[in-house]
Amino acid sequence: MGNRLLEVNNLKLSFFTVSGEVKAVDDISYHVDEQEVIAIVGESGCGKSVSQMTVMQLIQMPPGKILGGEVLYKGKDLLKYGPRSNEMRMIRGAEISMIFQEPMTSLNPVFTVGDQLREIIMVHKKVSKKEAWDLGIQALKSVEIPDAETRMKNYPFEMSGGMRQRVLIAMSVACDSKLIIADEPTTALDVTTQAQVTDLLMSLVKKMKTSLVIVTHNLGLVTRYAERIYVMYAGKFVESGTTEDLITNPKHPYTAGLLSSVPKITGEKQEKLKPIEGFPPSLIDLPPHCAFLPRCPYATDECAYGPYPPMRIVGDNNHMCACYNCIGGQ
Amino acid sequence: MAVSSLSKPILKVENLAMYFPLKKKLGSRERKYVKAVDDISFEVQEGETFGLVGESGCGKTTTGKCILRALDPTDGKVYYKGRDIAKIPIKSIKPIRRELQLIFQDPYGSLDPRQSVYSILKEAIVSDHKFHTRKEINNRVEELLNLVELDPDIGYRYPHEMSGGQRQRLGIARALACSPHLLVCDEPVSALDVSIQAQIINLFKELQKKLGTTYVYIAHDLAVVRHIANRIGVMYLGKLVEVMDSEDIYDNPRHPYTKALISAVPTTDYYIEKKRERIILKGEVPSPINAPSGCPFHPRCVYATGICKKEMPNFKDIGKGHMVACHNL
Repeated sequence: MGNRLLEVNNLKLSFFTVSGEVKAVDDISYHVDEQEVIAIVGESGCGKSVSQMTVMQLIQMPPGKILGGEVLYKGKDLLKYGPRSNEMRMIRGAEISMIFQEPMTSLNPVFTVGDQLREIIMVHKKVSKKEAWDLGIQALKSVEIPDAETRMKNYPFEMSGGMRQRVLIAMSVACDSKLIIADEPTTALDVTTQAQVTDLLMSLVKKMKTSLVIVTHNLGLVTRYAERIYVMYAGKFVESGTTEDLITNPKHPYTAGLLSSVPKITGEKQEKLKPIEGFPPSLIDLPPHCAFLPRCPYATDECAYGPYPPMRIVGDNNHMCACYNCIGGQ
Repeated sequence: MAVSSLSKPILKVENLAMYFPLKKKLGSRERKYVKAVDDISFEVQEGETFGLVGESGCGKTTTGKCILRALDPTDGKVYYKGRDIAKIPIKSIKPIRRELQLIFQDPYGSLDPRQSVYSILKEAIVSDHKFHTRKEINNRVEELLNLVELDPDIGYRYPHEMSGGQRQRLGIARALACSPHLLVCDEPVSALDVSIQAQIINLFKELQKKLGTTYVYIAHDLAVVRHIANRIGVMYLGKLVEVMDSEDIYDNPRHPYTKALISAVPTTDYYIEKKRERIILKGEVPSPINAPSGCPFHPRCVYATGICKKEMPNFKDIGKGHMVACHNL
């Protein structure tokens, strides 16, 4: 284990809308060590992307409002700087960079790839236009884009989805990012391209000694690549642990439910899947008790009347779970 | 479970081809085509689920549309219950179409936002000419909603008031309104959340048990297709490269593309995942306008030899109906 790179403590963010307060991120804490690959897993609308946008301070305020917590990057609280401060600008995109799901919308359609790469390099490094261009070519080569010199003059629409995602990765490479946040990096891509892009990302992470946060709903993907996993439900973390512990021995009923509802490509064919009944709750007017209660097969009276169960250690290697009735006792 | 070989095929596709012409370039004489589906053949038995998998642009949706005669195929035959429906006049297809229904990927885009649930279902029921009085129709609406496990009170709601899972259930109910014999499901769960996906997949399986409907299930998610289908066809660039029992897709894939596709899908079996052999394909899928000569997969294939560049391999049966199109077996 390396040094702590990012530490998020009790982060809270709500959106104040016409219909009420949406508690998108509700008191979450996690950390990323140097050269570590972690994953945040959850279904759509659980707040996993918003939590990462909050760390990057990309949330529009209002309607968003940070209600508390701290984001310590290398020991400094980023929230104190404010989203428009110079300090945050130098960190965002360089020290910490983000890769989004839909690469077409995160690239500007009216500028060439080269222009966009050069711009980001010139903002973050003190180099001339010419040097920045050459650095851009190098970056494209490092993400295995063939014929990088001509590709620099291409517009995003001239590239395939996989290529565009590589360009975004090249931007993080060019600025020597220390932390890459990949928000559903491969969901929009085809299966074989998915494998290509993620493998490339992982090899770069090793080579550049970067840390990586993967935000996804794909449990197979995190089993393959992540070292530690956080599971999110209705704005809160419900379970966290090393990938091996969490996948082979899930403690929270939600994690277990998720795992048994995904059909597997390996092993015996299941006759019937075991889905989680019901549907995820709306983040407006969440109950004071556990948000998973209406869908939980293990629920007891304690769950309905008690306060929200806190995260507590339930196993080896800091395996934590927020539930009164963890699977397998304790 | 293998469907017995005695049962008659409900659907038989023979040498189906669908070419879309492109605009001629100025001054060029030759007209180019997008060969979306190029010479594919397969059979679907009554009561089974036939899965079609492949990456985007491989022609799986076009195949589905040709089966329903939503597109007029360029060439080939589509036998539905022994009758070729690929070439018959569009007028005589209408009564058959009731038996062939389609379920779409995006349940929101395929439902009229200004129609209530009741009216959406009523429209489909009335088109069948089997139920006439208001009472009969009301009963049928309720029956359909029960079938897809929706609360009958939902009839007064509009699509925007429903969740994704509910909308997909409504899409299924509408498709079932005319008691179809063959359902083409085009990516029916890929827009849904993981926990909801499993609910809909189970619903598909239960409906098949109750009604005996045959499914052609089109999807890109191999794990889902393996779970729901009896047999699976793998497509690449408009060609069918392998057809096999769904048990074989993980245990015994024979085509190099199928192997690569399987190895690209991560699994949640932790200990298996850490030990699996990984095949990473080079490059990307070529454009179907300038598809490679011979076997379409040869530029990315590690086993490719001289003959692969020249000739398209035949579809060979290697036992128990496992068909593979590859020169190097």
